[in-house]
Amino acid sequence: MTSSAQANVSSPVRAEKPQRKQMSDMTIRNLFIAPTLLLLIAMNVFPLFYSLYLSFTNYSAIARKAPVWVGIENYVNILTDPQMWQYFNTTGKYTLLTVSLQVVLGFALAMLVKEKFAGSGIVTTLILIPMMLSPVVVGLFWKYMYNPSWGYLNWLMGFTNPSVAPDWLASSWARKSVPGLALFAVVFVDVWMWTPFVMLLVLSGLKAIPDYLYEAAAIDRASSWFQFWRITVPQVAPLLMIAILFRTIEALKSFDLVMGMTGGGPGDQTEVIAVNLYRKAFLGQWQTGEASALAYIVLIIIIAISNLYVRYLNRLREG
Amino acid sequence: MATIELRNIEKRFGETYAVKPFSLTIQHGEFVALLGPSGCGKTTTLRMISGLETVSGGTIHLDGANITWQKPGYRNMAFVFQFYALYPHISVRENIAFPLKAEGMAKSDVYKRVDEVVSILRIENLLNMRPGKLSGGDKQRVALARALVRKPAAFLMDEPLGALDAEYRESMRAEIKRLHLSTNATTVYVTHDQVEAMAMADRIVVMSAAEVQQVGTPADVYHAPANLFVARFIGSPGMNLLAGPRRGEKVELPGTGNIYTIPAPQREVLQAATPEGKNVIVGFRPEAAMLNEQGALTGEVYATDMLGAYKLLHVSFDSDTVVHIRCDRMVSHPIGARVRFDLDPQQVRFFDATTEKAIGPTQSAGTAPISVQAANAQEKAA
Repeated sequence: MTSSAQANVSSPVRAEKPQRKQMSDMTIRNLFIAPTLLLLIAMNVFPLFYSLYLSFTNYSAIARKAPVWVGIENYVNILTDPQMWQYFNTTGKYTLLTVSLQVVLGFALAMLVKEKFAGSGIVTTLILIPMMLSPVVVGLFWKYMYNPSWGYLNWLMGFTNPSVAPDWLASSWARKSVPGLALFAVVFVDVWMWTPFVMLLVLSGLKAIPDYLYEAAAIDRASSWFQFWRITVPQVAPLLMIAILFRTIEALKSFDLVMGMTGGGPGDQTEVIAVNLYRKAFLGQWQTGEASALAYIVLIIIIAISNLYVRYLNRLREG
Repeated sequence: MATIELRNIEKRFGETYAVKPFSLTIQHGEFVALLGPSGCGKTTTLRMISGLETVSGGTIHLDGANITWQKPGYRNMAFVFQFYALYPHISVRENIAFPLKAEGMAKSDVYKRVDEVVSILRIENLLNMRPGKLSGGDKQRVALARALVRKPAAFLMDEPLGALDAEYRESMRAEIKRLHLSTNATTVYVTHDQVEAMAMADRIVVMSAAEVQQVGTPADVYHAPANLFVARFIGSPGMNLLAGPRRGEKVELPGTGNIYTIPAPQREVLQAATPEGKNVIVGFRPEAAMLNEQGALTGEVYATDMLGAYKLLHVSFDSDTVVHIRCDRMVSHPIGARVRFDLDPQQVRFFDATTEKAIGPTQSAGTAPISVQAANAQEKAA
């Protein structure tokens, strides 16, 4: 019954629309790819090249003027501005601090949760939660936790009088300025949020190390310390390098956490390059041309650093 | 000197035995093979000796000193792993140097010793390579060198040839044997390959189902297996085993007219061990049968395997019973032909049909009595 019914339905359709049959696999493939490709060109490729062009102009997105070609003036301005170098410096410090802390803590956590204990699965999942939250949300609620008058953190630390308590995000302690405190506060949140990511990658690396290597080391009378440096670290190194690569790229362009917590303040103590970029491009200044140039400088720095990492990673892999 | 003494060692996981209690003394310089099918507990036994696995009971002694709870690295024994366990990220030279560096030897001495070992194994050309680039045989040579470098009192080898291609296996077998003879270190060697065990070992410990089945020289386990398991497991094909009721000095074997007369020296023992009319198992190796037109036993040729140097006849007694007979490669019998043969009385063994244990001696003629006994839990209970 059913088969004959199907045959009755399908044969006239085929007769009416023979071109359906003739559409090649290639055409179908292209049709499926086309929307993605169009979107990619419109949202990524075009802006990429357009901003490259704009970086050589004095264009401002709110001025009703066509862009005027100014050559490398924007780049010269940025690279000769001592203020900018300070922002690069802040970004570098931020990157160095967050990535190194995340590596040390992530490695330690991975070593801990690698061991099977009651509830180790749940503990691992709980540790991963910060990583899954939105950075803006994280920035916002840490801002509240850091609040000197009613923040949770000061209360936990036993400061009940705001006049002697640290105001983390304002870089002051008992109304006295402590430069750098805000940067460390932001670094702390970044570490809190992204250490699980490093832990996850290191953990998968640790689990892939075959037991017999440790057995061989035990027979060879290697101490735990020796085993850690001569077996564990080299074996995990490729995955650790990937974690470091990802975290370095993210830290160099970190924006949302900093913007959400300090907006670059107090003063410009936490003004990392991405925050400054945002300020240049949108907040009151609208220097689209110079912002584009700055964006390109950041891009080049990131590509250069990534390249170094990838080369090192390939050397590790070959060995 | 390294005499390894196992006293009633056992390994249990909950109620399940991985190794049932047994005792064994391995003399200095002896090459002992632990042989058995996978899962029989041979590797667990070796790992207990090495200290990689703890014992559930019993003690292990090295030259009289109790080392049962000593850490693996401090037992002065080297372990060779089936999958080499070379450190992948460092060169061959560093791999071999690893045990010496781990114990903090001075650098100049380390490489002097590495060079010595390397020349013994003739792997000078591999020194600067990473383990990943080596063939299986070379990897195992490097692993042997690493084991050798600390001049251990004993070598423990866990199927070192198991992961190798057949072409390397035989040459590596000879190499390990040569190494053993030149270092004269006590060696315990785990394998599931009975040819390997027969070819290399001074003594074989046959294990099955967590239990030691027999301890003996290769000749012992081949010619005088202690029970049916050993009889079947050793040799390829295994021993021919035929069951039949004993009537007086004769055994009625399957097939028509197959009456086997028990050789005179064994009659008394056999009559004492099996009641009249009860089954007894007659065992003989394929080469113990001699084709003979006046032979007492007869069957039909079922298949013939030409194996180059000799021919293997499959002779069926009845639909359930096929025996293997080794004969000259020039002998030709068509399938279905009836053949008659005799058994060499020196090479016939008898087994109890219910306990499956050998009746009579479990040492082949001409071997010195061994000071070792395998006392398993059942025997102790009995």
